[in-house]
Formats: sequence, structure tokens, C-alpha cells
Amino acid sequence: MKNWFRSGTPWIWLTGGAVALCLVMVIGVVGLIAVRGLSHFWPAPVIAVEIENLQTGEMRRVLGPISRTETVPAQVAADAGNYIPEDRLDTLVTRYLFRVGNRDQFGADFVWHTDLGMREFEYPAQVLELERREWGNFYGYPEALLVDGEEVLTADHPDFLPGLKDLVERSLVLHDDIRQIERGEVGEINRQMEQLRRELRRLDLNDVTGMARTEEEARVAAERARLDAEYDELRADLDELYASTRRDTLRMRMSDDRTVSIPLAQVVRVTQPNNMSVPAKMVEYMDRFWTFVTDEPREANTEGGIFPALFGTVTMVIVMSIMVTPFGVLAAIYLREYARQGPITRAVRISVYNLAGVPSIVFGVFGLGFFVYFLGGNIDQLFFPEALPRPTFGSPGLFWASLTLALLTLPVVIVSTEEGLARIPSTIRQGSLALGATKSETLWKVVVPLSTPAMMTGLILAIARAAGEVAPLMLVGVVKLAPSLPIDGNFPYIHLERQFMHLGFHIYDVGFQSPNVEAARPLVYATALVLILLIIVLNLTAISIRNHLREKYRSETD
Amino acid sequence: MTDLVRTEGDNLPPARSLLPDAETRMRRRKWRMIRDGISRWGITAAGFGVVFSLTLIFAYLFYEVAPILRGAQVSPQIEYDMPGLAEGATVSHLVMERHRTLGTVYADDGMVTFFAIEDGSVRAAFPTGFPTGTRATSFAAAELTQSITAYGLDNGQALVLQHDFESSFPEGTTRHIEPSVLRPFGEDPIVLDEQAQPLELLAVQQTDRGATRLGLAGVTADQRLLLAILSTQENMMTGEVTVSSNRFTLPDIPGTPVKLLLDKGLRNLFVATDDGMLHYYDVSSPAQARLVNSLDVGEGEAITAMDFLVGSISVITGTADGRLMQSFVVRDAANERTLRPVRTFDQHSGAIRVIAPEYSRKGFIVGDETGTLGIHYGTSSRTLLKKSMYENAFENIAIDPRVQALLTVGETGRVQVSTLWNRHPELSFKALWNRVWYEGQAEPEFTWQSSAARDEVESKFSLAPLTVGTIKAAFYAMLFAMPLGLLGAIYTAYFMTPKLRGAVKPVIEVMEALPTVILGFLAGLWLAPFLENHLPAVFSILVFMPLSMIGMAALWKFAPELLKRLFPAGWEFVVLIPVILLIGWVAVYTSPFVEIAFFDGSMRQWLTDNNITYDQRNALVVGIAMGFAVIPTIYSIAEDAVFNVPKHLTQGSLALGATSWQTVVGVVLPTASPGMFSAIMIGMGRAVGETMIVLMATGNSPIMNFNIFEGMRTLSANIAVELPETAVGSSHFRILFLAALVLFVLTFVLNTAAEIVRQRLRRKYSSL
Repeated sequence: MKNWFRSGTPWIWLTGGAVALCLVMVIGVVGLIAVRGLSHFWPAPVIAVEIENLQTGEMRRVLGPISRTETVPAQVAADAGNYIPEDRLDTLVTRYLFRVGNRDQFGADFVWHTDLGMREFEYPAQVLELERREWGNFYGYPEALLVDGEEVLTADHPDFLPGLKDLVERSLVLHDDIRQIERGEVGEINRQMEQLRRELRRLDLNDVTGMARTEEEARVAAERARLDAEYDELRADLDELYASTRRDTLRMRMSDDRTVSIPLAQVVRVTQPNNMSVPAKMVEYMDRFWTFVTDEPREANTEGGIFPALFGTVTMVIVMSIMVTPFGVLAAIYLREYARQGPITRAVRISVYNLAGVPSIVFGVFGLGFFVYFLGGNIDQLFFPEALPRPTFGSPGLFWASLTLALLTLPVVIVSTEEGLARIPSTIRQGSLALGATKSETLWKVVVPLSTPAMMTGLILAIARAAGEVAPLMLVGVVKLAPSLPIDGNFPYIHLERQFMHLGFHIYDVGFQSPNVEAARPLVYATALVLILLIIVLNLTAISIRNHLREKYRSETD
Repeated sequence: MTDLVRTEGDNLPPARSLLPDAETRMRRRKWRMIRDGISRWGITAAGFGVVFSLTLIFAYLFYEVAPILRGAQVSPQIEYDMPGLAEGATVSHLVMERHRTLGTVYADDGMVTFFAIEDGSVRAAFPTGFPTGTRATSFAAAELTQSITAYGLDNGQALVLQHDFESSFPEGTTRHIEPSVLRPFGEDPIVLDEQAQPLELLAVQQTDRGATRLGLAGVTADQRLLLAILSTQENMMTGEVTVSSNRFTLPDIPGTPVKLLLDKGLRNLFVATDDGMLHYYDVSSPAQARLVNSLDVGEGEAITAMDFLVGSISVITGTADGRLMQSFVVRDAANERTLRPVRTFDQHSGAIRVIAPEYSRKGFIVGDETGTLGIHYGTSSRTLLKKSMYENAFENIAIDPRVQALLTVGETGRVQVSTLWNRHPELSFKALWNRVWYEGQAEPEFTWQSSAARDEVESKFSLAPLTVGTIKAAFYAMLFAMPLGLLGAIYTAYFMTPKLRGAVKPVIEVMEALPTVILGFLAGLWLAPFLENHLPAVFSILVFMPLSMIGMAALWKFAPELLKRLFPAGWEFVVLIPVILLIGWVAVYTSPFVEIAFFDGSMRQWLTDNNITYDQRNALVVGIAMGFAVIPTIYSIAEDAVFNVPKHLTQGSLALGATSWQTVVGVVLPTASPGMFSAIMIGMGRAVGETMIVLMATGNSPIMNFNIFEGMRTLSANIAVELPETAVGSSHFRILFLAALVLFVLTFVLNTAAEIVRQRLRRKYSSL
């Protein structure tokens, strides 16, 4: 045994254990996010259970899916405020977190219950899960469907569920119409109004007086009147649509036997999770996932989708790539091909490499101070004086965020491009020069194409880093809820000065700043999963481009 | 091919070269040269652009921080004779209004004059009108923001005034300010001394705590100390204001009083006597008022000036030999309130004549009898400027509420208007890094509290708790990451088969691509509650994980031959994965039983009972999460270092009969140690600057200790939390930039050191 220790075998195993532990952790973390994120969309069975309060002997009925389960010492549960009988204090209890929903009725939509006094779980088939625009989910037993206050279908009618779904579909269509008008057409009117206001302000700034001014003012007034009239028309349309959405209601019975009328305008989705087959659940699952990725967030981001965040992340990364790639590649070419290789170049190179190790928040601070306040402030003074004091570029926005991240990822691109350039044999360069090509021709026609895969690698790494970076963005342009996307149908289509939403920040905001963390938790996992997937997809796309290029140039160089 | 050989006589068109003609060639060559030039210049520009942006980051951060180091600046602009002073009258009090257009002077004959700052022309004058046959014998001003003043008369009465500036915009954009003088406590003088002795000293203060009350303290010619508390009541029906007053005679003053101050809460009264003593009276219940303690402020020299800093907690005293001291009332361990000397400031060369406090910060400006102006700041005990302004003594000083201009009067009656630059007096090296005695605290301490509920509460900018927090987080992260990263690197580079290495290394490096915001949210929302519920598991894993690995190694000797052939050397870690999973599961599963058996059912409660504070989001959580983020960095660099150790060295060692472990310890590690060192440095740099994990996995409270069960606030998280909220250009803003600069320089130095070590190592390897 002593010899065995002296041979060092146990220590080898210990180092092996370190590797194994690292692997377990990586796979565990990714797996945890995948499982939790994916399970969010699965229509979980709704449990109905009677729980006896051991202290008072009262019975209480709970209806809702189980959100989490944990087994803890009874003492811990007692410390957390649960009633535990004296004789059970040194045992274990299991506690369940029920999502009982109905926040507008019950106050809290998540409730912990220990298994003490808990009866058998039941899975009543007729239970409905309603996803609502406000107040979170609703769980209850359907009673009847009302149109204009008249009962048209009762819950025991075989056509009840299809009929309900049709009416929900109708209210969804109406809702889309309303949104279309409010966002699109009313938004456009507002934009034109703002434009007119700026035109007037420009008159002040340019000191326009006399006839020119009167004419201009008259024109603006006429335009305004026209817009006002248009707006009134839209308003009337909207009022009509709103009235129409209020037509249908659904009467539901809750777990405590109270009945509640729910306007269908509030309902986004109806499911009967206990009455679904597995394929039906899978269809529902895909549908929910799709809604999550393509829909807009609701309820302070804790419900609904993440489309604006996804869109913002991708836009930001693309704008960043457009800025960082040429600059980084040219700089790398300079360092490798043009600069005289001496101590100064070496110092510059080390500094650039080290820039990669500088904390990202420092870049954020620099971006906020220099880009936003200094550059942005001056741009506003020069080009958008009529909008002041409202800042255009003088406040955090997409462009500055992309620029900051471009700076942050610059070393990544430079380092890998340089490595690629260094790998190209000097004989190739010499061959090109010997045939009479100029240095730039050698560079652009021989060296750069050969090192494109390395540049792509740099860009991949830069994108992967930028997509996951949050700290600097919190300072230079990310918001929890952006009113509009950075790209839309209004001129000039790409609005680089707008603030945007970002998946990473969404995770931080929803997970840590939202009032209802419990409701937000599964959503955060799902968002994290999407972010990881996005990074992986970006990586894979870039890798496939790189491989493609590598193949292409291999055949050309052979 | 024959057509290429042309002979005369052939009827072919004239010979034409396949090359372009000379002119085209020239043109093309020129164009190529131009393109070459453009490309050269473009690339060079990009190269310099990178260098430029690199320096720009540093230079800009420094540029934003630099104003902290600047002192104050006073530049006199206009000079004129004191307006509105009657012959023989002197200035009792001087005020400058917020927009720096009007000045107010209270003369000792009761005349209140408002004058234009820019040229000294009188705008309005309000004679106070003392009762016939009386004259003013003393004057007092309350906290500057209240604009309340009082004249003490020679018949034991006091007249309370309040000046007011009303802004209006009669013609659009030009501001018009209408000054006025009010009598908020009735037209009649208030009787302070019923014996009608002249009031030699007076102090006035209004409190808004509860009902509005006015405190008037006075010292009569026969040295009695009196206090009157007035409360006003407005009749709801008639709007008539009735004033009721309570008068108290306070204990005798030990000595001849020269200065008197009453605080805004009407709780503390300070009396300076001519022997340099400062006496503190507790008047919170005036009927039982008592002299609490006395401080020897002057050390034999008389106190010549005395005033409160804003908030009327700190008393600044100036003595005849030019010394300045700050003192305030402190609640000691026995809950006893006593007046304590707190700090001193740079000494002036002559007796202090006037002390003018700022409106919203703890700064004050001092004029002495040699005509020297001194700008000092309480919290940072900084003296920002000393400047000679007059040939002879100072008479009075006023600052505007925004601290941008200064109005000074010399003994000769000359008024000087100066612009003032004093933006960041609260910052100094000492205030940032040393213990600071803040107002109302029992003792000097390190505190970070950048924003306060009220203006007059001083901001507490100590970087010490943040720095300690940063080090704490990095320390626990490294504690977790270093063993795993380095040991894993050794195994991967040296023991693992090349094929496995090609598969394992990228997987671990994937960790690096995981966004830290995801790690942070997992740490905060999943790991923190998990650890709280399974604390014993942490410790059992810590102990049993390595033991079980070694145990597995021992068992492996007896494993069946078939298994051994399936997992030869280099595959040990695969065998260990189930062991790790098993131990982890067992530890978590048994954790509640351990809690019941050893910790009365709840380890968290047990810790609290043993006086160990437990936060759910603590350093343990941060250590694990941030360690997780740092592992790939350390692993990847260290692995490279170990892998690149020249093969002939290790083979030589093995050939001489050393076991592989002996080769690792004796040959590989010594050679690769600089590389491992640089891996640790770079990992450290990453841990120091990491923001999101710390932000999400701790409670972000700026505390100073190394308790693993408590949280911390790091420099980087602090920037992320506070920078979006702060005003551009404020001291707070600049401190956050300073924090960024510190992080920048720190990580840059760490990384440069690591890079240089690595380059050396690379050269060493190539020479071996």
C-alpha cells in the first residue's frame, strides 16, 4: 500500500477526478438548463388535492400543477412558517409548490404545502388552464360560455371545448387587429406629429421669420389638422373593436367553489391538460415554444414571449460584426505584414492581447462616458438640435452598444487573424512577389484568402462572446422593455439610436428584478436555453462557413 | 503555330503584340502602385487606430477621474464697495441667491439690503424697524436653506426675519427675481429675557420635525443662558397665526461666552467661551437641560468663529491662532451622547474671522484676519485652497447654494465677487481608502453608501469595502477553480490518450462560451436556495469526493481484467464519473438526515445560533459559480503549458525508471510552472472583473469581512448597479470611473505579467 502511494497512482486518479468533475459540471449545467427550460412548455397535469390543516382540522382544496418538490427536515419547514406537529419535528417532510394561479382572486399564485395532512392527488379531466393577458394563469372548472351575457354553451355540452376555442380564436384575431391599428397606424400618426413638431422647432433654431415662417406654420397646422382627423377616425374604429372584444365571457368555478366570469378578451390560450393525449401535448408543446420565441413579453416580462429580446440580440451582434471585422482584420494585417517587428510592435501586440482580459464592465463604463455622453452628445448638438433636449444619439442605444462590444471583441478577431496570417508559409508570399505582384496584390489575392478561415474563427469567437455579454450592455443601451424594435417599417428602417432588448439582460431582469420570481423562474430557464441555443447556432453557422471556406481554398492551393 | 512566324510578303495585318502598349502598361502600373499605396495606408491607419483606441480607453478613463485630484479654484471677477451700508454700520450677515443675481446684506442697524451681484447696485432695501429706543446687540442666522435670521435687542427681545426670493418669468425667458423680507413669527418682537437685559449672544433655528417650531437661544449681558421654543398655529377659519412660546433658563455657563449655536433639531446647544472651551448642552427636554461635556478646542486660545456644517450636526470652530476643528455629538457604547473632537484642518496664519458653510455639502469656507481665504471640506478633511484675497481682515463671506460663486467682504468694506470651482472636495485618497468618521457614527469606519435619503446626509465613499469584496469573491472563486483547473490540466495534457484529449478539451472549453449571465442566474436562483437547503452536502462532498476518488483507485487494483482492459491507463476519469455522481447523490440525499442528526434539524439555523451570519446569496455560491467560469481559462492555458513540455524531457525521466507521477512532479511541473502561474494570473484577472455572476449571486451589500456565508459587493458589480443612476460629472460618477480605471489597470498588469511569463516560457521550451 505504501509503495502504491509512492508510485503516485492515487494522485493520478485524483487529477483524473478533477477532469471528471469538470465534465460532470459542464454537462450538468447545460443539462439542467435544457431540462428546466424545455419542461416549461410541457402541459403539466393539473392536480386537485384536499389538504387538512393539522392545526385547525380544516380542509382546503388546492387546484394547480406542481411547480417544484423538495424534501427537507421538518425543522426547516417549520422555520419557514409551516405548521409541523411536535412529534414530526425530527423527521423529513416533502413540500410541494403548487401553481394555483388565479392571482386576481387568491392574491398569491404559488403556494407551498407540506405533505402533512395531504390526501390523494386527483386529476380531474375537465379542469381548464387559461393563459391570460393579465394576472397570470387561471385554473378552474368550466361552467358555461356566455355571449352578450346569454349562456350559449354549458360545460357538459360535447362541443364546449371546440366552441370555446373558436371564440378565443376570434378574440385573438380582434386583439391582433387592435394592436395593428394602435402600433402601426396610430404609431405612424404619432411619428408624423413628432416630425411636425421638429419642423416648427427647426424654424426657431434657424431664425426663420416673415412670410416664409407664416407659410410654413400654416402648412404644419394644416398637416396637423389632417392627422388629427385621421386619428379620430382610427379612434372610432378602435372603440368599435374594443366593444366587440368584450362580447364573450367564460364562467368558471374555482377550487373553493366560487364562480368567476372571465372575459375572453383576456384569454390567450385554453388547454385541458388532464384530458390530452401525448401527441396532443406534443403539438401543444411545439405551439407554446413557437409562441415563446415569436411573441412579445407580457406582465413585466414574466409571461409571453421573448421575440424582441431575441431580435435585439441578433441585430446587435450583426451590427457589431460589421464594425469589428474589417477593423480587426486590417489591424491584424498591419501588425503581421506591415509593422516593423520590434519591441514597440511587440508591446502593442501584448497590449492588444491583454485587452481581451480587461473586465467587460470597464468597456461599458468607457462606452457610456465616451461614446454615449461625449460622442453622442456632440452628434446631437450638430445633427439633431431640433430634437433637444430629448437626446437622439446622446443616450444609450443600439449603435453605441454594438460599438462598445466591437471594441470588446476586437482583440479576439485580431489574435486569431494574426495566428492565421502567421501560419501562411513565407514562400507563398515570396512566390507572389517574385512574379511581380505588388505587396497589396500579394496580400489581398494570396495571403488574405488563405487566412480567411482564421478570420472566420475570430469572428465566431467574437460573436459568441458578444451574444453572451451583459454587463457592458446594461450601461450602453439595453432596456428591460423596448417600445419598438430597432428595425421596422418606418423610415429610415434601421434605428441605430433606439434602445433594445437583449436575451442576457432579459434573464437578469426577469430573474432578479421582477416582482413575481416564482412565476418568472421557468421563463428564465427557457430564455437561458434560447440564449445558449442561439450562441451554439451562431457558432455552428460560422464553423460551417469556415469549413466550407477551408475546403474551397484547399482545392485552390493544391 | 505558323501564324506566329510572320514573313514579309504574307498578307496579314501588321504585327500586334499580345501585351498592352507602353502607355496602357504605364497607366496600369501607376494604378497598381496607387492601389498598393491605398492598401498600405488603409491598413496602417487601421493598425494605428487600434493603438489609438487602446490609449483612448486609458486616457479617457483617466480624463474622467482627473478632476478628483484638482483642488478648488477661486477667481475674483468684480469688485465694488459694499452697497446699502449706512455710516458706521457693519455687515452682520451676507447671503447670495441661487441664480447668483442678487446678494443680501443684513447690517447691524437692522437694514436689509438686496443688491445686484454684477455691479453692486441696490435693488431693494427693507429697514427692520426696531422698537423705539432699542438697538440690536446681537445677530443670528439659522440653517442657510431656511433663510431665517434674528436680531437680538438690548431690551431682551428678539426679532425674527426671513428673506425670500421669488422667481418669475414675466417676459418669457428672462428670469425676474423679486426679493422680500417676511416676519414668519409675527410682527412683534419675541420676548426672550423677561428681565429685559440686552441679548449679547443669540442663536436661532427652525425645526420641521413634527410641527414647525422655532428655537431661540440667547445669552444676556449678565451671562444668563436662555432658551425659548415657539410654535405657531394657524387658525383654520381665519388664517390668523398665533404664536405660543415657552421660555427656559438653562444651567450657568462656566466661563465668559463668546459664541452660541443651536441645532436644527432643537436638541443640542453649543456655547463657546473665551478660554477656548466648547460646552455642549443637551436641551432635548429644555426643562431638564444640562451641560453634558466640554471640549478644550482652543487649547488656551479664544474661539473667534463658530458655525454648523449643513445639517447642523458638526460644529466647526476657529480659534485666534487660526486653528480649525470639527466636532460633533456622538452616541457612545453606553448610549450616552457626548461632544467629541473629530478632525482638524490646515491651520490659518491668523485668527479665524468668519466661517461660511455650504448649502448641501459638508464643505465650508473660512476667512481669517490676514485676509486669507480657506476652502475646507469636512468628510475628507481636505483643505482645497488657501488664497490671499485682502490686505487686511475678512468681514464676511457668502456662497451661492450651487457652490459656483463667492461673495466676500473685507474689513474695508470692499466686496469681491469670484467664481468658484469646487466640484469634488469630498474625495481624497484618505477618504477613499482610510477609515472616515462620518457624522453621527460612534467611530471612524469604512462605509460605502453613495446615496442618502436627504441632501444633508454626507455620501460615504470608501472604496475599501468594495475592494475587500472584490478580493473576497476572487479568492473563493480561485479556491474552487485552481485545484480543479490545474489538476485537470495535468491529467488532460499528460495522462490522457490523445484521442480522448481531443474530445475532452473542447467540452471543458465550452464552459468559457457559457454566458456569465446564465451562470449568475443559476447561482442566484438555483444554487443559492439549493445550498441553503443542503449545506451539509457541501461539506461532505468536500471531504468524501477526493477520498472516494483515491478509494476507487485502490479498488481498481482488484477490478476484473476485462474492465481494466476496457478502461486502460488514460481512461481513469471515465471510471470516476459514476463515482462522482454517486457521491454527489448520496451527499445530497443524506443531507437532511445529517441536519436532523447533528444540527437540530437545520444547519442554517445552527450557524445563526452560533453567531455566524448566513445570507442565502453568499460567497460560497459566488465561489462556485465564478470558479466555474474561471476553470476553463485556467485549464486551457495550464493544459497548453503542460502539453508543450518537450517530450524528450519526460521520456528521459521515464527511461531512468521514474514512475509517471514522479515524472510529473519532478520534471513536468517544474518546467511548466511558469505557464501554470500565468494561467492562475489570467484566471484571477477574470475573477476580479467578473460582473454578472457577482451581481446576481450575492446580496450586493458592501460589507468588510471574509465570512464565506455572507455576500459582498465588488467594484465591478457596484459600477453596474450605480453608474446608470448617477448624475454625469458628479463626484459619485467620477468615483465609479475611478473604480473602472482601477479594474482596468489591475487586470492589465496581471495579464501583462502573465503574458511575459508565458513568452519567456515559450523561449525556454524552444531552447530545451
